[in-house]
Amino acid sequence: MDILDYAFMQRALIAAVLVGITAPAIGIYLVQRRQALMGDGIGHVAMTGVGLGFLLNASPIWMATAVAVVGSVAIELIRWYGKTHGDIALAMLFYGGMAGGVMLMSMSDTGSNANLVTYLFGSLNTVSPQDVTTICVLAAFVVLVTVGLRRQLFAICQDEEFARVTGLPVRLLNLLVAVTAAVTVTVAMRVVGLLLVSALMVVPVAAAQQLSRSFAMTFALAVLIGVTVSLSGAVTSFYVDVPSGPTIVLLAIAIFIALALLAGPLARKRARGSAAAAERCTLEVPAARVPQDDVRV
Amino acid sequence: MTEQMTEHLVKEAGMTEADREPVPVISLRGATASLGSRPVLRGVDLAVGRGEVVALLGANGSGKSTAVRAVVGQVPLSEGRLELFGTPLKRFRDWARIGYVPQRTTAASGVPATVREVVSAGRLARTRLRPLGRADRAAVDRALELVGMADRARDSVNALSGGQHQRVLIARALAVEPELLIMDEPMAGVDVASQEILAGTLREQVAGGATVLLVLHELGPLEPLIDRAVVLRDGCVVHDGPPPRAVGQHALPGHDHVHPHAAHDAEPIRTGLLS
Repeated sequence: MDILDYAFMQRALIAAVLVGITAPAIGIYLVQRRQALMGDGIGHVAMTGVGLGFLLNASPIWMATAVAVVGSVAIELIRWYGKTHGDIALAMLFYGGMAGGVMLMSMSDTGSNANLVTYLFGSLNTVSPQDVTTICVLAAFVVLVTVGLRRQLFAICQDEEFARVTGLPVRLLNLLVAVTAAVTVTVAMRVVGLLLVSALMVVPVAAAQQLSRSFAMTFALAVLIGVTVSLSGAVTSFYVDVPSGPTIVLLAIAIFIALALLAGPLARKRARGSAAAAERCTLEVPAARVPQDDVRV
Repeated sequence: MTEQMTEHLVKEAGMTEADREPVPVISLRGATASLGSRPVLRGVDLAVGRGEVVALLGANGSGKSTAVRAVVGQVPLSEGRLELFGTPLKRFRDWARIGYVPQRTTAASGVPATVREVVSAGRLARTRLRPLGRADRAAVDRALELVGMADRARDSVNALSGGQHQRVLIARALAVEPELLIMDEPMAGVDVASQEILAGTLREQVAGGATVLLVLHELGPLEPLIDRAVVLRDGCVVHDGPPPRAVGQHALPGHDHVHPHAAHDAEPIRTGLLS
């Protein structure tokens, strides 16, 4: 395995595995509450953080984390309070974040468009040793939240009103989901890039759903698919000169299509199994209305 | 109001001394609430005593759903007071005493989940942040048995019928092992077989001493269980007493009450065509 002889490739593979685990792990909750594109929005906002990092000569990953966390909290607050114009406020936040990133980047001395592109679409071979440490710390946080609080997060994403009546701290948990999604975006930034990170949050979950009937199984399968595509994407980009982000995303979509094609026959087989056990219907319908029956409304 | 309540409890057969509690389980007084700029509740009084089964009736838009959502703290009151088990809502923390069935047509969400996973979520009122123990799993099993869904526990909720979705949502509330059940239209879109099962489940809960407040569009198979009916119209209570008797064709067995109608004491509909 000559691929492991290169230090930069070792770092890239570690980052790829961590992204493969964390992105679907938080993505499943976003998909569950039908906010699949939340990750995309946070990715746009994080661009301002990257620009700020270059401008201030600070670590772009930490700056992106800080800005993404602030942005995700803002998104969550808009969700609470801005019922009528929530989507317009979100659009302004997303595109403001993207424009701000490009603007700040052009103002800095070290930043260039080429630099920005590596953050937008991922660039595995530029993962530095400090980046790996940061990614490990952030990934540990994401795993702790998404696995440790899985019952609570399942409940608030399944039925928020019901969860509030059980007395769970729903607002706090919602904020935690938003912050965790923001952290995941910056974990994944170097591997798949800010514009493609949402794909790795959503596509493995969508693919896993084709086969599974339970939340636990969907979670496990999505993480498995996530790790598989990000690792094979990283290896592919080493041997063939292609960027890692698009390779990973296209692989994930290929797996989704394959599983979706497989799911049709599987569902029909299951339906036949349960049809045999089904009860007969007991609904009684009156045969006809009596003449004096008053049906005026 | 308190005197009436005590009287009612004394009349209740088979009650021991300890069961007599003068404090109503739910006490809503002079409640007003609006959705947007539209007033939905305009001074609603609602008291439910321990062991009572109260049905909240009314036409679509009368405010009955808003009233129960206000009772569980999901609609803010602009005026009025709400006490649960004698504690003002603001200081109420004992949510494990309440089992809530929100108005839903489905128990499914964006990701597949099994019947058991959804019902287990109800248990969080008791477990909060700690993991599920043996007693919690047993409570989930019992809740599934009660609604007759134990054999479907491992199936995806996506594969269920409308009535079965409703049974899952009720099992989720029962998994809490609540003293007070609050249900918003539990019979909506439920087939006759499921209605009978739900009526049986509710009968057992009531026999076990549970207090029940439920929103209904019509009394249906639950009629024999209901002690009192509160009828709302345009955000005001217009009847509080024995459930209205079904008359005429409405009383026929198997009558499927689906046509739109106004409350029995509603004023005639003015279309403006004759004026």
